[in-house]
Amino acid sequence: MSSESVIREPLITGGKTVHDVTEDISRRVEEKPTKLWMLAMTISLGLFAVGAYTVFLLLWHGVGMWGLNKTVGWAWDITNFVWWVGIGHAGTLISAILLLFRQRWRMSINRAAEAMTIFAVICALQFPILHTGRPWLAIYWMFPLPNTFGSLWVNFNSPLLWDVFAISTYFLVSLIFWYIGLIPDFATIRDRARNKISKSIYGALSFGWDGAAKTWSRYETVALVLAGLATPLVLSVHTIVSMDFATSVIPGWHTTIFPPYFVAGAIFSGFAMVLTLMIVTRKVYKLEDYITIQHLEMMNIVIIITGSIVGVAYLTELFIAWYSGVEAEQYAFLNRATGPYWWAYAAMMTCNVVSPQLFWFKKIRTNIAATFVLSIVVNIGMWFERFVIIVTSLHRDFLPSSWAMFYPTFVDVGVYVFTFGLFFTCFFLFAKFFPVINMAEVKSIIKTTGEKAK
Amino acid sequence: MMSNTKFILGVYEDEDILLSAITNIRTAGVKIHEVYSPFPVHGIDDVLGYKRSKLSIVAFLFGVLGTSLALTMQIGMMGVDWPMIIGGKDFIPYPSFVPVIFELTVLLAAYGMCFTFFIVSDLKPWAKPRIFDLRITDDKHVMAIDLDQNKIDVAKIDKILKDNGASEVNQKTFDEA
Repeated sequence: MSSESVIREPLITGGKTVHDVTEDISRRVEEKPTKLWMLAMTISLGLFAVGAYTVFLLLWHGVGMWGLNKTVGWAWDITNFVWWVGIGHAGTLISAILLLFRQRWRMSINRAAEAMTIFAVICALQFPILHTGRPWLAIYWMFPLPNTFGSLWVNFNSPLLWDVFAISTYFLVSLIFWYIGLIPDFATIRDRARNKISKSIYGALSFGWDGAAKTWSRYETVALVLAGLATPLVLSVHTIVSMDFATSVIPGWHTTIFPPYFVAGAIFSGFAMVLTLMIVTRKVYKLEDYITIQHLEMMNIVIIITGSIVGVAYLTELFIAWYSGVEAEQYAFLNRATGPYWWAYAAMMTCNVVSPQLFWFKKIRTNIAATFVLSIVVNIGMWFERFVIIVTSLHRDFLPSSWAMFYPTFVDVGVYVFTFGLFFTCFFLFAKFFPVINMAEVKSIIKTTGEKAK
Repeated sequence: MMSNTKFILGVYEDEDILLSAITNIRTAGVKIHEVYSPFPVHGIDDVLGYKRSKLSIVAFLFGVLGTSLALTMQIGMMGVDWPMIIGGKDFIPYPSFVPVIFELTVLLAAYGMCFTFFIVSDLKPWAKPRIFDLRITDDKHVMAIDLDQNKIDVAKIDKILKDNGASEVNQKTFDEA
């Protein structure tokens, strides 16, 4: 007796052949920039320019241009930093953890998600660098470099220093992981190139890739080992970011729940950003056969899970604050929920805990418009989460006479806008000049999971 | 490298036909120079008789190097060169060293392995690869047979390739110094 397993839904629809994959993806790199792309690029360069002016003001006049005061010494700067780093978690999670779990649906989205990761981390890095006030000297403050200030070294007890190592390692490893995946696809574009300039540029980028079986075999080993290395790395990055807070003695920050809670939140916001970008890219580049409703549904399921973990973490924090019997801790949470920043807390709870629960309904999680809206809602919520954790824990400190509120200045807003300009400029350049879907990986599953496969 | 290297190329459309062709052609006594594919073909290294890549060992060794460097650096800076009392901790507070040890281990393992991969596979921006067929990076698998390494005559190899499902058989000569 033999039994046959149920045929799975095809991951790539539209009866695509291997050659169609090459055509559909490479065409986007080869065609002339469209009007829509020019418009998008103009807007993001505009944001970048406006933001760059406020960055200039910040560096010229100093960090006092931000709305920080002696009570709230950390606000939008670190909120935006954590927010961007969190977004930067999806790419490597998709390409590393989903590779280890052999989840083939990752193949259509990993390239763009990793690109997004790299650009998000670049945006995140702007904040600690600008916060130093004199970035040209900051290299001595951040890295253990020999210097002329006495043999003064960095402090390895400081979680802020761990962060320097964690973020730089994460950035570098994600970059090489992404690049190695790009090499075979650059070779495809090189071999199709008609003019000399693109042939030599993509020729250099493709590192002389020839598709030999021996090289492919090594390539697969490299990808697998990199995935194994990147998996704990992804988890370590936000763990260490959370230690920036958790190792302090501020009520509301000093909690052991932070590492897993931050990691779940990071994956949550990262997937939301991937969805926002992929829904648009898929529509504009007509990639509906590669990024199917099934792909969007899978990502929405990840959002429900991580959103629920984040929700449980919020409730656990409240419970432990009450259960600890520490008055300062209890007040910190009471103040978060009912104090002058109650609206931020309410926004966080609604966007992060309540709204993703809508994805339990299959109709909603397979609806593109609903997914798009909710993915943006999630990222608004995650921004508020960091704002709530950071500002509301600080603004009413141990001495009521020094209680204060935080009001952002236009430079706070401008630097945030600057990172948006930077992010979208990078992303649009990527979408135009790089293959947005990993062609080689998708080709390898056409036969087994394409529509014609049995 | 030899000058005027002459190859016979068997073009295959399908990876399963390719795999059985490789086995048959190798048993017929033809030496295959290399097979080129647009994507990684599962099981191709077994039929070609390639050993498993040792790059994972390279990664491990670089990882060990990273761990030792991180430990040496932190102990050296905090414990030997400029000891300072920070928060009443030891001069060499091992628990505080864990994150940096972990990050440098991963960093060196990843970069050490990737650069070794680039070197052993001769991947570099200024490389001039032999392009056997432009469609290799599109949708065709190409089996290259070096005529200098085989004593069998061309017509016979041609027939073996065609009998084993090759959709085309071409010849290509590289003039190399």
